[in-house]
Amino acid sequence: MTTRQFGQPIKRKEDPRLVTGGGRFLDDLGHTAYAAAFVRSPHAHARILDIDVTGALDVPGLIGIWTHEDLPGKVGEPLPLLIPHPSLTAPVTGYCLAPDEVNHVGEAVVMVVAVDRYAAEDACGLVRVDYDVLPPVVGLENARAATDLVHDSAPGNVAAHLVQEVGDVDIAMAAAPNRLTLDLQIERSMCSPMEGKGVYAVWDADDEHLRLWSSTQTTTGVRAAVAAKLDLPLAKVDCIAPDVGGGFGVKIVHPWPEEVLVPWTARLLGHDVKWTEDRREHFVSSAHERGQLQQVEVGFDDDGHVLALDVRLWHDNGAYTPYGIIVPIITSTQLLGPYKPGSYRCEFWSLYTNTVLVTPYRGAGRPQGVYAMERTMDAIAAELGLDRAEVRSRNFILPEEMPYDHGLLFQDGRPLKYDSGDFPASLAKLKALVGWDEFAAYKEQAASEGRRVGLGIGCYVEGTGVGPYEGGHIVIETSGRVNVATGLTTQGQGHQTVFAQIVADELGVPIENVFVTTGDTRRMGYAVGTFASRAAVMSGNAIALAARQVKAKALRIAAEALEVSPEDLEIVGGMVRVKGAPGTSMALGTVAVMSNPLRYAFDEAARAATQFAGGNDPDKPPVAAGEEPGLEGKDFYSPTQATFANGMHAAIVETDPVTAEIRILRYCVVHDCGPMINPMIVEGQVHGGVAQGVGGALYERMVYDESGQLLNASFMDFLMPYASEVPFIETDHLETPSPLNPLGIKGAGEAGCIPVSAVIASAIEDAEGFPIRSMPISPTELWELRQRHTEPVAAQGEPS
Amino acid sequence: MKPAPFVHHAPTTVAEAVEVLRAVGSHGKILAGGQSLIPILSMRLASPEHLIDINGVAGLDRIEVRDDCVRVGALVRHTQLLQDESAYAALPLLRQALVHVAHPAIRNRGTTVGSLAHADAAGELPSVLALTEGVVEAVGPRGSRDIPASAFFVGPLETALAADELAVAVRFGRFPEGTRTGFAESARRSGDYALAGVALAITLQDKVIRSARASFVSVTDVPDVLDLSGAIGSYAAVPDLDAVADAVRAHVSPDTDIHATGDYRRMLVAELTRRLVTELLSR
Ligand SMILES: Cc1cc2nc3c(=O)[nH]c(=O)nc-3n(C[C@H](O)[C@H](O)[C@H](O)COP(=O)(O)OP(=O)(O)OC[C@H]3O[C@@H](n4cnc5c(N)ncnc54)[C@H](O)[C@@H]3O)c2cc1C
Repeated sequence: MTTRQFGQPIKRKEDPRLVTGGGRFLDDLGHTAYAAAFVRSPHAHARILDIDVTGALDVPGLIGIWTHEDLPGKVGEPLPLLIPHPSLTAPVTGYCLAPDEVNHVGEAVVMVVAVDRYAAEDACGLVRVDYDVLPPVVGLENARAATDLVHDSAPGNVAAHLVQEVGDVDIAMAAAPNRLTLDLQIERSMCSPMEGKGVYAVWDADDEHLRLWSSTQTTTGVRAAVAAKLDLPLAKVDCIAPDVGGGFGVKIVHPWPEEVLVPWTARLLGHDVKWTEDRREHFVSSAHERGQLQQVEVGFDDDGHVLALDVRLWHDNGAYTPYGIIVPIITSTQLLGPYKPGSYRCEFWSLYTNTVLVTPYRGAGRPQGVYAMERTMDAIAAELGLDRAEVRSRNFILPEEMPYDHGLLFQDGRPLKYDSGDFPASLAKLKALVGWDEFAAYKEQAASEGRRVGLGIGCYVEGTGVGPYEGGHIVIETSGRVNVATGLTTQGQGHQTVFAQIVADELGVPIENVFVTTGDTRRMGYAVGTFASRAAVMSGNAIALAARQVKAKALRIAAEALEVSPEDLEIVGGMVRVKGAPGTSMALGTVAVMSNPLRYAFDEAARAATQFAGGNDPDKPPVAAGEEPGLEGKDFYSPTQATFANGMHAAIVETDPVTAEIRILRYCVVHDCGPMINPMIVEGQVHGGVAQGVGGALYERMVYDESGQLLNASFMDFLMPYASEVPFIETDHLETPSPLNPLGIKGAGEAGCIPVSAVIASAIEDAEGFPIRSMPISPTELWELRQRHTEPVAAQGEPS
Repeated sequence: MKPAPFVHHAPTTVAEAVEVLRAVGSHGKILAGGQSLIPILSMRLASPEHLIDINGVAGLDRIEVRDDCVRVGALVRHTQLLQDESAYAALPLLRQALVHVAHPAIRNRGTTVGSLAHADAAGELPSVLALTEGVVEAVGPRGSRDIPASAFFVGPLETALAADELAVAVRFGRFPEGTRTGFAESARRSGDYALAGVALAITLQDKVIRSARASFVSVTDVPDVLDLSGAIGSYAAVPDLDAVADAVRAHVSPDTDIHATGDYRRMLVAELTRRLVTELLSR
C-alpha cells in the first residue's frame, strides 16, 4: 500500500521553483507593456477645482493622460458595492478616478500611461491639480462627533448601524450580582503583502478578447467586474492570477480602480498596459483594517459566569465601503469565542473617515472581537480574584453542547452555529504547554532578580470555509498526468501541495503526477475566491468530490476492459488493479486512452483508442450513453454553513522595569482546525499568523495626523516585525473533525494572528499590575502608562 | 517610485571625480553605497541632475591602521570594516557600533564614509567619529583639507563638506591605553535607527577613572561629546551612576516623533548610559 498523503508533513511542491527564482509575479510579465502611474490626492478631503495637464504633455515617452471626465459609460460610474447589507444605509464607493471630490490621501485623480514607469512618473509630477481643501474627518472620535462629514449622504458619518441581541441583556444585566465596564481601543494596521497590487492587460483586437493578469485573491470576481465595466461578454475576458506575493485580504477587494483602468486603456490604445503598485501607493491607496473603539459592559455571578454581555463598537471603515460591513459583522459575532454568555447584545456603528478604506485583513474583525472578549475575561478574573484560565473554562461551551447555535447571524448571512470543538481539552493542552500552574513560582523568582514577567492568554473561535461554493476539475491525461484545477487563487499558502495530497489519496496516484492550477478563469470559470480561511475546506472538498467522480469513471471503464465488476477494483500507485490479484491491472493512463475513442492516432498511446484498433462493440456507441469522452470529472462543494476552527494562545512577556521595553519570552499555540491535510503547512500558517499578530500587538499602526496625512507610509516607519521580533512559536494541536464536510476539515489560514493582541495585552497587564486597554502598545506608551499609574496626581483614570 | 532623469558619471580616479564635481557643482550628488541616496531619489525627495558614482574609483577601498588612527577609505563598506580584525584590535568601538547599523544586506553596500557624509543624527557612525575625535579628509576643486569631527557636523543631515567636495577617507582617532569602549542603543526593531544610543569611552589607570566621555545617537542635533569625567567620580569600583544619568539627561535634547516621545528618549539614553558604564567597569 502507498502511504496516505493526507496528514503527511510533506514539503511544499511549489517551493523549489519559488526559492530558486522561478516565480512569475505580476511585474515579471509584460516587458513590452506601457506603464501606468497615477496622480493621487495629497489631501484627505478636498474638492477638485481644476486639473491642468499641459505641463506634462511634452514629457518624452508620454502616451496618454486621463481624468474622470474622460472615462466613458460605466468606467466613469462608481465602483460596485460588493456586499450590500440592509443595515448599510449609507453605502458610498469610490470611482476609478475621483470626479469632483477626494476623500483620502492617495485617492487616484489622474491616470498617466507612458512607455515606461519613469516617464509616467515624470508626467505625473507635471500634472497640476487645484484643490479646495475641506475639513477632514480623521479618527473615530472625530467621526463619532460628526462636526464635519465625510460624505453629505452619510449623516453622522454613519455608514451602517446594526444591533443583534440574544436573550434580554437589560434584564440579565440588572439582575447580575457583579458588573464591569471596559473602554477599549485597537489601532489600524494593514496587510502589507510582500508584493503590492498589480495589473497587466493584453487586448487582442482581432479577437476582441481581453486577457488580464492581476495580483488578486479572486480572478473570477475581477473578470466579472471588468467585463461589466467594459461592456464585454464574459466569454471575451480571461483573468489569471500569476504567482502572488501575499494577499492577506487586501487583494480580495475588487475591482480596484487600476483593475478597470489598465484593461480599459489597453483596449483603447491597442497596446499592452501594466501597472505595478509601489510601496507608497500601497500604503495610501489600498486598504487598512482593525481600528475600533469598543465599550463592553458585562454582568457576571460570583463564580465568574457571564450572565449579560453588552458590547458597543465604533468601527472605522475609512472613506468608502466597497466591501460592505463584513469586518464589524465578524467582530460582533466572533467576539463570543468559545464562550456562552447568558445573554448578548452587540451594537455597532460603522463610521466614515477621510482615510484609506478598511476591508478585511487576515483575521478580518476577529482580532478586535477576541481582544474585547478576552480583556473582559481578564477583568472578571481580576475583579473576583479568580484564576484567569478558570474563569474562561467556566464559560466554555462544552463538547456535548455541540453543535452550538448562538442565535446570531454570521458574515455569510447564515446562523452562527459551531459544528465541533473541545475547548476544555484545548485549554488543558495549552496550560500544560506553557506551564500555567508553575508560572506563579517563576514570576516570584524573576521578581526576586528584579525582573518583571507576565503571563497572558487568549482564546478564539474562527468561522472558516464560508460559502457559497468552490469547484474542482480533474483531467487525467493518457500519460497518467493528473491535472487539477480550482478557481480560487493562491498567494503562497501551499495549495499546489495540499490539493495534490487530497487527489493522490482519492485517486490512488503518486503525488508527483498531480499538477494543480489555481486562479485561472480559462481552467475554471466558476469560483469565489481566497479569503476567510476557506481554500482547504471549499476547494479541498470540491476537489475530493471531483476526484471521486473521476475514480468512479476510471473504475467503470477499467471494469469493462478487465471484465470484472468495478467494486472489485482499486487504484494503487496509478494502476487500476483487481483487489487481491494485483497482476490483473492497467495503468490509469491507459484507462484515459480508452475513455476517449479516437479517429486519429497522434502518438503510440492514442493508437489503442482508434477505430480499427479492435475491442469495440459495433452494437454500442463509442461513447456510452450518459458518459462523456475523457477521464475527467468536475464537482462543486457548497456547504450550508461555515465550519468553526478554534485555538488558544499563551505568552510570557518580560517588561524592562526602567525602559519599559517589551520582550516576548515564550509564545505557545494550541490549534484545532480538525484533521490536518499537511501539518507542516498548518504550522507555517500559524507561524505567519502569529508574526502578523505580534506586529499588530507591539509594532504596527497607521499614524495619521489631524489633517489626514499618513505619517508612516513606508517600511522605515511602519514597523512590520522582522524575524528578530517574532518569538519562537511552540505549537500543539487538537484535531476535532467537522461533521459538515467530506474531509472533516476546517480552515487554518487566519488563525495565528487572531488572539495575539489579546494575549500580549493580557501578559503585559499581568507583568505590570494595571489594566491594558489600548493596543498596540510601544515602550514609550507603556512607560507613560506606568507614570500615570504610579503618580496619583497625574492619574486620569484609564486610558481609553 | 522611480527617480527623475539624471546624468550618470563614472569616474575611475579621484582626480576625475573632482573634475566632474567642478563641472557640475551643486547640481551633482555623489553616489557611494546608495543605501541612503537611492531611496531619496526614488521617492523624488531630491532630483539632482548629475550623479557622480564613485564605486569605480580606484584606491578608496582600503582600511589602514596607524599608530594614532584607523583610516577608512570612501568605498569601504560597513561589513568590511565590521569584519576587519586589525581595525577591531586597534579601535574596538568601530565594531561595537557597526553591528547596530541596519542589516547585513545594507551593510554590504553602504559605506562608512557615506554614512558620515549623510550625517543622519540617528546614524551610529557620526557619534563614533565625534567620540574618537576623528577627521574627514575632503578633496575638491580647491584642493584637499582635513575637517575635524567637531567642525564636520553642522546640523541634521548637514556637514561642512561643500557640494563639490568628495570625502576620500576618514580617520577615526585611537584611544589612549587603558581605555574601555562600548556602544549601546535601543531601537524599535533590531537593526532600525535607534530611538536613542550612546558611545562611551572610559580611560582607567589602575582602578582610577582618568576620563569618561560619551557621544549620542538620535538625541542630539549633532553628535557632540559629553565629558562625564566629573560626574562619574574617580573610583572604578563606585561610579556615581546617578550623577552620570543626570548629566546625560541635562545634555541631550531629544525630539518627539511617531516612535517615542522626547521624554522617553531622555530617560532611555540616561538608562542606556548608566548600564553601559556599569558594564564597562565590570569587564
Ligand atoms: C533599511 C535601511 C536601514 C538603515 N539603518 C541604518 C542604521 O541603523 N544606522 C545607520 O547608521 N545607517 C542606516 N542605514 C543607512 C546606511 O548605513 C547607509 O549606507 C549610509 O547612511 C550611507 O552610506 P552609503 O554608502 O549608502 O551612501 P549613499 O546613499 O550613496 O550616499 C548618502 C549621502 O552621502 C553622500 N556621500 C556618500 N559618499 C560620499 C563621499 N565619499 N563624499 C561625499 N559625499 C558622499 C551622498 O552624496 C549622499 O548625499 C540604513 C539604510 C537602509 C536602507
